Amino acid sequence: MPMTAEANTRSAASQGAEGSNREIFLPPERKAVKDGGKPHVTAKNFSIFYGDFEAVKKVNAEVLSRYVTAIIGPSGCGKSTFLRAINRMNDLIPSCHTAGTLMFNGEDIYGKYTDEVLLRKRIGMVFQKPNPFPKSIFDNIAYGPRLHGINDRKTLEGIVEKSLKKAALWDEVSDRLDRNALGLSGGQQQRLCVARALAVEPDILLLDEPTSALDPKATAKIEDLIEELRGSYTILIVTHNMQQASRVSDYTMFFYEGVLVEYAPTKQLFTNPKDQMTEDYITGRFS
Amino acid sequence: MNLGTRKILDRSFTAVGVTSIVLMALALLVVLVPIISGGLKALFFQGTIEHRQLVYNEFGRGDREELERQKEQSQEARRPVFAMLDAFDAELEGMEPAERREYRSQYNHVRDVLHDMLGPLPGDIEPLLLRFQYGNTRWEQAEESLHDLLYVTKWDYSNPNVMAEKYFTPRVDEFQGTALAPLFAYVETHLEEMLLPQPEFYWGFITDRSLDAHIFGGIWAEIQGTFYLAMGAMLFAFPLGVIAAIYFTEYAKDNFLTSMLRSANSTLAGVPSIVFGLFGLAFFINTVKVSESKSVLAGSLTLAIMVLPTIIRAAEEAILAVPKTYREASLGLGATKWRTIVTVILPAALPGIITGAIISLGRAAGETAPIIFTAAVSVGATIGLADVFTEPTPALSWNIYNLASEHEAANEIRHVQYGMVLSLISIVLLLNMSAILLRARISKKLKG
Ligand SMILES: Nc1ncnc2c1ncn2[C@@H]1O[C@H](COP(=O)(O)OP(=O)(O)O)[C@@H](O)[C@H]1O
Ligand SMILES: [Mg+2]
Repeated sequence: MPMTAEANTRSAASQGAEGSNREIFLPPERKAVKDGGKPHVTAKNFSIFYGDFEAVKKVNAEVLSRYVTAIIGPSGCGKSTFLRAINRMNDLIPSCHTAGTLMFNGEDIYGKYTDEVLLRKRIGMVFQKPNPFPKSIFDNIAYGPRLHGINDRKTLEGIVEKSLKKAALWDEVSDRLDRNALGLSGGQQQRLCVARALAVEPDILLLDEPTSALDPKATAKIEDLIEELRGSYTILIVTHNMQQASRVSDYTMFFYEGVLVEYAPTKQLFTNPKDQMTEDYITGRFS
Repeated sequence: MNLGTRKILDRSFTAVGVTSIVLMALALLVVLVPIISGGLKALFFQGTIEHRQLVYNEFGRGDREELERQKEQSQEARRPVFAMLDAFDAELEGMEPAERREYRSQYNHVRDVLHDMLGPLPGDIEPLLLRFQYGNTRWEQAEESLHDLLYVTKWDYSNPNVMAEKYFTPRVDEFQGTALAPLFAYVETHLEEMLLPQPEFYWGFITDRSLDAHIFGGIWAEIQGTFYLAMGAMLFAFPLGVIAAIYFTEYAKDNFLTSMLRSANSTLAGVPSIVFGLFGLAFFINTVKVSESKSVLAGSLTLAIMVLPTIIRAAEEAILAVPKTYREASLGLGATKWRTIVTVILPAALPGIITGAIISLGRAAGETAPIIFTAAVSVGATIGLADVFTEPTPALSWNIYNLASEHEAANEIRHVQYGMVLSLISIVLLLNMSAILLRARISKKLKG
């Protein structure tokens, strides 16, 4: 049975009605989002293998729409593997295969008839290292829309502007959209990648340690950006920085050696973890 | 290891390295200097009035009035020579048959040399071959002819234990007391007036067609042939090679067939080029019959097969060198695999692919063996673009060999051979230079 974030914790027993109670677990300063909180990605006994090695083990979880969910855990615990499974980026690795089910909006992501190209259009991803194309800023943002058949210059200009504004980059680059994106700073490149992902209007944004290659100032900007996007997109962010997870997320998943150990509202997980392992991890007894 | 030994080792290694580089540079110099100096002689030389006349008559270039004036002037200087020949002819008529026979062969030789020098003499029948219609067009050839005229070459066989030695005696001795005797001194002193040498820059060597099997004229047919063959080869090999590389890197599964294909490709890269030549003849001409016999098309196909492995490998490496992150970014945005290849991977791999292609182009331009049986003829006219499917062509690489080893007047046209070598080297160098520049430009554009 798939579990909601609350139910997956050991305090599940103390739970009353699902859904309606979700808000009480949110950190007080974080308001509930409108039309949010529906199961957006659902894992049922979902495992991921590299050859014989089970990197992610029988995960049951529901990611709630329009909230920010952080994934934390020590290095090598399967955070990236799980995240990349959601838009099937793991397909690039020949030895990688899955078991169980992973649903997106009620559709099986690994279903026989699922078109991974369409899926990726709806589930955007930003990677650990900024990876703009060696093209102009404009062409980077317009890449996705062009893929999906938009070629009208005016429309593209509109999309580029809107995406860059959403990614809080417009003011910095509006006068040099034709310059090569590789000339931007690392932080700007990463926000460009966010803008590029937003330009295809995805439902979900997957962020795999988006700030690990950035300096603190650029990191703060990205975090602000996530705050900005919260409520409009379902966001999953992998981070090994626990402060970051507590700052930006509504819910947190803690993975350890491929197992989803604890999944709870962020505040609860950090202040009152139910699992000893979680406690040890967030108190820094191991990393 | 202590510091002292380490320093000594470092220093000796530096010495060895520097020495080997210097040796290489010297070897290059030894090869390049004669080629460049020899090749430039095809373009820059002391040209005689005969050269200017030839260029005017055959290619319509030159100042007509100036030429007429010079012709008049040289004719003036030649008149005494012709007069002396006439006088000697008359003298021969009056001789006893035995005496006449004695002079005859010597006299014929004198006439031949003068013919070489000045062109047809009065009384000679109008020659058919162009090479006999003109005298020495180059001053250094005229000087050789002069030596030939002035001296008889003899061999000293007196010592049976050593090789015969060459020595010269003045030819004038043979004609002492005849009307021909003053001719030798006259020619020696008036040769310049008869031929009017002046420095020439014969750029037509590159752009003119060859005349009378390269005795005169330029090498345009060869340059064009080389161009056709190399470009033709690339026309087939480049798209095929890039497609194969895409297949190998993006689509091929890691199985037995793929590894077979890969090793076949590597093996092909090491096959001697003459084998490709024979293959081209057997396959493209005899089996597939792309043309009746040798043709540019058959040669291009053969060269294409030869350079294909290089192109595939270069393209493969270039594609593999494209950062994985580009691929992830593109696929993550919902691009199909093919779209990702075309819009992201190939553009990023382009510098590497182009480098490989241009190196291959240079190789296709320079190879001789593959075109011997499939495309090359030693003497041929320039062909039009429409003829490439049926006609063979001369080409630099093959004609360098041919002119140096098989031409009936190989010794007299050394400047043409060197000129061809220099042209070929320049073409290949130019291609490689443009590869480097193009690569740098694209890389810069990619880096922003
Ligand atoms: N391409 C791969 N092939 C085989 N094993 C892999 C591959 N990628 C990751 N792994 C293994 O899967 C486990 C989880 O990796 P990953 O998801 O990258 O961890 P995290 O992102 O949490 O640091 C690790 O043990 C790692 O060694
Ligand atoms: Mg990771």
